[in-house]
Amino acid sequence: MSATSTTIVTLPDQTTATIPKKNYISAEHGLLSWLLTGDHKRIAMLYLISITFFFFIGGAFAGLIRLELLTPQPDLVASDTYNKFFSMHGIIMVFLFLVPSVPATIGNFLIPIMLGARDLAFPKINLLSWYLYLAGGTLTLAALVLGGVDTGWTFTTPLSTHYLNTHVVTTACAIFVAGFSSIFTGLNFIVTIHRMRCPGMTWFRMPLFVWSHYAASILMVLGTPVLAISIVLVALERLIGIGVFDPNKGGDPLLFQHLFWFYSHPAVYIMILPGMGVISEVVSTFSRKRVFGYTAVAFSSVAIALFGFFVWEHHMFIMGVSNYSALVFSLLTMLVAVPSAIKIFNWAFTLQKGSITFETPMLYAFGFMGLFTIGGLTGVFLAALGMDIQLTETYFIVAHFHFVMVGGMLMAFLSGVHFWWPKMTGRMYPEQISKLAAVVTFIGFNLTFMPQFILGYLGMPRRYHAYPPEYQVLNVLSTAGATVLGVGYMLPILYLAWSLKYGPIAGNNPWQATGLEWQIQSPPLTENFTEIPVMDHEAYDYEWLEHKTQQEVTTVG
Amino acid sequence: MTTHEQHFHDPANVTNPEHAEHHIVTPVHYLMVFGALLLGTLLTVLAADQDFGIMNPVIALAIASTKAVIVILFFMHVKYQSNLIKMTVAAGFFTFLVLITMTLSDYISRAWGLW
Amino acid sequence: MPRETAVHEPHEHVFIPQHRHHFETEEQQREAGSFGMWLFLLTEIMFFGGLFFAYLLYRNWYYDAFVPASNFLSVTLGGTNTAILITSGFCMALAVWAAEVRKKQFLVIALILTTVFGLAFIGIKYVEWHDEWEHHHVPGAGFDISEFVSPNAHGITDQKAIPPDMAQHCQIFFFLYFAMTGMHALHMIIGIGLLVWLILRAQRGDFTAGYVAPIENFGLYWHFVDIVWLFLFPLLYLINRHPLK
Repeated sequence: MSATSTTIVTLPDQTTATIPKKNYISAEHGLLSWLLTGDHKRIAMLYLISITFFFFIGGAFAGLIRLELLTPQPDLVASDTYNKFFSMHGIIMVFLFLVPSVPATIGNFLIPIMLGARDLAFPKINLLSWYLYLAGGTLTLAALVLGGVDTGWTFTTPLSTHYLNTHVVTTACAIFVAGFSSIFTGLNFIVTIHRMRCPGMTWFRMPLFVWSHYAASILMVLGTPVLAISIVLVALERLIGIGVFDPNKGGDPLLFQHLFWFYSHPAVYIMILPGMGVISEVVSTFSRKRVFGYTAVAFSSVAIALFGFFVWEHHMFIMGVSNYSALVFSLLTMLVAVPSAIKIFNWAFTLQKGSITFETPMLYAFGFMGLFTIGGLTGVFLAALGMDIQLTETYFIVAHFHFVMVGGMLMAFLSGVHFWWPKMTGRMYPEQISKLAAVVTFIGFNLTFMPQFILGYLGMPRRYHAYPPEYQVLNVLSTAGATVLGVGYMLPILYLAWSLKYGPIAGNNPWQATGLEWQIQSPPLTENFTEIPVMDHEAYDYEWLEHKTQQEVTTVG
Repeated sequence: MTTHEQHFHDPANVTNPEHAEHHIVTPVHYLMVFGALLLGTLLTVLAADQDFGIMNPVIALAIASTKAVIVILFFMHVKYQSNLIKMTVAAGFFTFLVLITMTLSDYISRAWGLW
Repeated sequence: MPRETAVHEPHEHVFIPQHRHHFETEEQQREAGSFGMWLFLLTEIMFFGGLFFAYLLYRNWYYDAFVPASNFLSVTLGGTNTAILITSGFCMALAVWAAEVRKKQFLVIALILTTVFGLAFIGIKYVEWHDEWEHHHVPGAGFDISEFVSPNAHGITDQKAIPPDMAQHCQIFFFLYFAMTGMHALHMIIGIGLLVWLILRAQRGDFTAGYVAPIENFGLYWHFVDIVWLFLFPLLYLINRHPLK
C-alpha cells in the first residue's frame, strides 16, 4: 500500500492475485452474447476494436500522403488518386475515429459506473449505435473499394456536386449513417447523466469526465442532424440536379458550406471535449490533488459547447461571405478560445504543489497540454481575418488541426486507454515500453507537424501533391516524423494485446484514484455494483480515499 | 461509497422523483385545443387572401407558431412536465434560431457593400 | 459525512413486466424514455431546420418566382390536409388519454382513427404530387416553365407573367416543396408503420395495464410531425395569394 517516490502504482501481491472469476467478460460466452449484448462495457470493447481497425486504415492513407510528399514532383500517384488519399484519410479519421474515440469507448464504459448506475439509459440504442457505426464504416469501405472519393472530407460544393465523378453519394450515405451512431450515443449520455445518477451524486460531485461528455453529447444531438441534411442535399443535387447549390440555376454553393460547418465546427469540440475530460481525471490522479477550480472546469466545458455553435463561419472567410458577418464570427472565434484556456490554467494549477508522478497516462497528458496549447493558440491566429486570408488552405491549417486533434485528442485518447486499461481488462500494461511509446509518439508528432507550420506560413497550399522544390527539406522532415509517429502508434497495439494475457493483475485501484469506478473490481461485474452506491463525498476527495484505505483490510485477489 | 438497503430514499436527490404528480390531460382539454387549431387554420387561410403587404408572412408565421405552442403545451403535455423537459424544448428551438439568424447574418449583409 | 437528509420509508415497489432492471423505479424509466424521445425530436428540429433555412434564403432571392409557383398549389387540398392532420393529432392525444385511464377499446379505436387520418393525408399528398407531375413541375430535366412565363396562354388569369430566367427559379421552389413535403411524408409513413404495430400490441392489452410509455412517446413523435406540417402549410401554400394587387 505504500507508494514509492517515483510511482503511485499499487498492485496486489502477484503471487496470489487473480482476475475476479465473475466479471462482465466471463459473464456470458459465445459470439452472439457479444453481438447482441446490452452491457455498456461490452459495447465499449466492441467499439474499441472497431475504431482501432479504422484508425489504421486512416493511418495508412496518411502514410501514403507523406510518401508522395517526400518529393516535390507528383511522382507517386496521379493527382486524382492523391485527392482520394487525403479525402479518405480525413473522412475515416474524423468520422470513424476521432468523433467516437473517447465517448464510444471510454465514455460508454465508464459513464454509468462513474454515476453509480447499472447501465446507460437505453442499452439497446447503445448497441444500435455500434451497428450504425459499423454500417457507416462498411459503406465507407465500399466507397473506397469502388474507387474512392476525392472531394476532401469537407465535400465542398460545387466541386462535390458538379465537377466530380467519384463515389460521393455512397460516402454521403456512409456519413449519414455514422452520424446517427453519434447522435444516439449522445442522446444516451444526456439521459443517463440527467436521470440516472445514484443517490447523493449531485451535478457538482460528478467527475469532470462526465461533464465533458455531457457537453459533447449536447453538441452531438443538436449539431449532427444539420450535417445529415447538408449531405442529403448534396446527394440529391448529384442525383437529380435541382440546383440548390448550383450558381447556374440560381443556387448558392455557400449554403452547403453554412450547413456543413454548422455541424463540423461543433464537431471539433465533440472530438476534443471528451479528451479534455480524460485529462482532468489523469492530471488529478497523478498529482494526487483535486482538480483546481472544479466549477470553472465544469462550466467551461458547457461554455465551449455553447460558443462552439456560434463560430462556424471562420471556415469560410475566403469563400465569399460578407465582410460584416466575417467580422462578427472572427470576434466570436476569439471568444471561444477563452473557456479552453481556462481549462489549461486549471490543470496547471492542479499540478502546482501536487505530488506528481510520471506514469504513462500522465506522460500523454503532459503531451496533450503542451501540444493542445500550441494548436489552440494557432487557432487564435487564424481567427484574425487578415492572418486567415494568408494562412487558410495552406499547411498552417493542416498543422493547426493536427496539433489539436492528434497532439491533443489522440494523446488524450491514449492517455485514457492506458489509465483505464487496468479497470477494463483487469491487467496492467507494461510500463517501460508504454513510456517509450509515449515519448516516441511525442517526438514523432513534433517532427511531423512542426515543419508544417513553417511550410504553411511560407505558402505551401494544402491538398496539393506537388510543391516547389524549396519546400522539400521541410516535407522530408515531416515524412520522417510520420514514420516515427507510426512506430509510436504501433507499439501500444502490440503491448496492450500482450498485456491481456501476460500483464500483471491490476486489482481494484492500481492508481489509488478517487472515483466510483476505482471502488469496484477490475474488470467490473456486468451489473457494475452489487448494491447501488450512495455518494457522500465530493469528487477528487483524496482525504476520503486515504481514510477509506486505512480502514480497509487489504484482501487478496 | 456506502451501501444501502433496498428502498432507500434520498429526497434531496432529484433523479428518482418517486410519486411525482402525474397529471392526466382530459379529452375536454384536447377538444378545446383541437378547436383552436382548426380555427387557426381557417384564420391563416383567410388572412392569406387579404393584402396586408409585408405583414402577410408575419401573420402566417405568428398563427403557425401559436398553433405549434399549443400542440407542444397540451397535446405533448409539456405544460405539465418537469422543468427539464421544458428546457429541452427551449434548447431545441434556441439552436434552430441560432442556425437561422446567424446564417442569415451573412446573406443579409452581403449587399451592404464592401468597405 | 452523515446523510442528514436520508429517510427510510418502507413501502412496496410493484414492478410492471416491462420494467428494465437498470432503472430503479417505474417513474425513472418513464421519465428517461420521455426525455430520450424529446432529445430525438430535437435532432428532427435541426434536421428540418436546414431545409427551412434553404427555403428562407431562396424565397428571399427569388420571391418573384416563388409566388406563381406557390400559387399553383391548391389551398383547398393543402388546407384540408392540414385539418386532417390536426384531427389525426387529436385522435392520438385521445389515445394517450385512453392508455392512461386504461380503456383498451377506446385506445385501439383512437389509434385506428389516427392511422386512418394519417393515410388520408398521404392520399391527398399523392394526388397533389401526381398533379404536379402531370403539369411538369417536378424538378429535373422535364421541368416546364411555360406556365410561369406565359400564364394567360394556359388559362391562368390571376398571375403575372415572369421572365424566363426568373421562371427557371420556380424549379428551386418545387425542389424545396418536394424535399420538404417528401421528408415530412417519409416521417408520416414511418409513423403509420409504427402505428400499425402499436395497434396490434394495444389490442393485446399491452398498454392498458400501467405501461403507457410507447403510446406517450409515439404521441410525441406524431405531434412533432404535425407541427412541421403546421409550418409547411403557410410557408409553401400561402406565399402571396394576390400577386396582381
